[in-house]
Amino acid sequence: MIDPQMFQLVCFYAFAAVTVVAALGVVTLRNTVHAVLALVLTFFSTACIWLLAEAEFLAIALIVVYVGAVMVLFLFVVMMLDINQEHLREGFIKFLPVGIIVALIMLGEMLGLIGVRAMHQQVMGANPATVAGMSNTEWLGQALYTQFLLPFEIAALILTVGVVAAVVLTLRHRTGVRHQKASQQVLVNARDRIRVVKMAAVAPAAPQPAPGKETTP
Amino acid sequence: MGEQILNQVVWPVIYILCIVLPLVIGVALYVWWERKVLGWMHVRMGPNKIGPFGLLQAFADVVKLLLKEVILPTNASKALYYMAPLIALVPALAAWAVVPFNDGLVLANVNAGVLYLLAMTSLGVYGIILAGWASNSRYALLGAMRSAAQVISYELAMGLCLVSVLVLAGSLNLTDIVHAQAGSKGIFGWFMWPLLPVFIIYFISGVAETNRAPFDVAEGESEIVAGFHVEYSGSAFALFFLAEYANMILVSFLASILFMGGWLSPFPASWGLLGHDGFLWLFAKVFLFAFMFLWFRASFPRYRYDQIMRLGWKVFIPITIAWVLVAGCMKYFGWVTVGTGG
Repeated sequence: MIDPQMFQLVCFYAFAAVTVVAALGVVTLRNTVHAVLALVLTFFSTACIWLLAEAEFLAIALIVVYVGAVMVLFLFVVMMLDINQEHLREGFIKFLPVGIIVALIMLGEMLGLIGVRAMHQQVMGANPATVAGMSNTEWLGQALYTQFLLPFEIAALILTVGVVAAVVLTLRHRTGVRHQKASQQVLVNARDRIRVVKMAAVAPAAPQPAPGKETTP
Repeated sequence: MGEQILNQVVWPVIYILCIVLPLVIGVALYVWWERKVLGWMHVRMGPNKIGPFGLLQAFADVVKLLLKEVILPTNASKALYYMAPLIALVPALAAWAVVPFNDGLVLANVNAGVLYLLAMTSLGVYGIILAGWASNSRYALLGAMRSAAQVISYELAMGLCLVSVLVLAGSLNLTDIVHAQAGSKGIFGWFMWPLLPVFIIYFISGVAETNRAPFDVAEGESEIVAGFHVEYSGSAFALFFLAEYANMILVSFLASILFMGGWLSPFPASWGLLGHDGFLWLFAKVFLFAFMFLWFRASFPRYRYDQIMRLGWKVFIPITIAWVLVAGCMKYFGWVTVGTGG
């Protein structure tokens, strides 16, 4: 018999390995489009890991939002970049020490955080969705729209402000641009645009070719 | 061990084949039907030489495509060029896992079915973008750019349409959504009535999502030759073709399931055979929507790119956002009752 627990563990390590390899690919691949695709794969395998952890809403949201929308926009931009591949590696040695220092500081901070967590010995409670007998998505929806309604709405408001700010920052009022007004266009009648002129039919003045003399070219 | 493999590997594969094989044959027949309908609308005959009524034309085309050489353009990104058709096809087929064909007749009756569908349909665009980029062709890249912008814009409207349905049905499970439309009111219990604007927007967005006329700027054969698949030939092109038509049939299925009561009969149960719910009703509704795809193609000229964006962002998204609120009010104040109790 295949042990489900064992199978899940194997799957976890497989997805985790793919995630790590893909994440390495993001920073090492020379071609920017390939790097973006590696990032897509990273997100995808992360979503798989979350699915294993029975967080199906987060997993699918990650795919819908990041893989389906954000990364498409990334790809959209990256595909249009005209990058000289040779120049990309020029500063590699020069910036390597700075990069290593930043990486080390981040590693130290993360280890510290994990250490503090471990010292508190917080025992994870049972999965609240399972306790309530609901699916993960349903429980999350109930919690977000009842218990955490105000923070949720505030987050939505902040995001809306961000959207409006981005539009205002990039909006340039250019003069001399001719805009179409679709609302006016659809109200146009045929009468406004063309005039139908009644004319008497005129008989053709050209002489008829004599019958029998027609030749096919 | 043997029984476990049978239950967890063999049977699912057989079930999957039971969905995919009819789907592929359905795509072939749909292509035939499209050419016939377009022919009739243009006062032509359509395909009529191969087989009775030209029925075998689509299969002859498949054989022709499979026997042709797949050409790799110069300086194309080889791996991505060959992978792109597969990336387009896999989500188009994977989405069918959660589509219910009748009460209980579904491959995976998952609770987050609608979310899964959203995820799968949002992945299909990668095939188009990568095909456009990997081909190393100006026309293909232009087609990919257009497609990316268009699909992202209409995905938002489509997602918000689904939100209205979810609010009324109170479930993400497609079977439960159909059950929520059942009840004593018959045809008037279907979500297409309280959600009429959303229903129309959903189908139009579906047409735009599948890059079909009048939103086919990604292909735009009169402007950019054939858009993203201009460099593809033979079986690679056939895969794109298959993905596009499978997606069209999927959108038809979803529109029927989400808004027109799925397998529910439009007539009261007292009408005997006509009032009997069943997958034939679902297929009849799907046929209606699939026919509308072709009707649109024959009737409307192609939208201009900026007009597509205007329609998506300035018309559809505001209306759908407003209707989410309306649907919430319908549910909260009990203007619309759902389910068998209604």
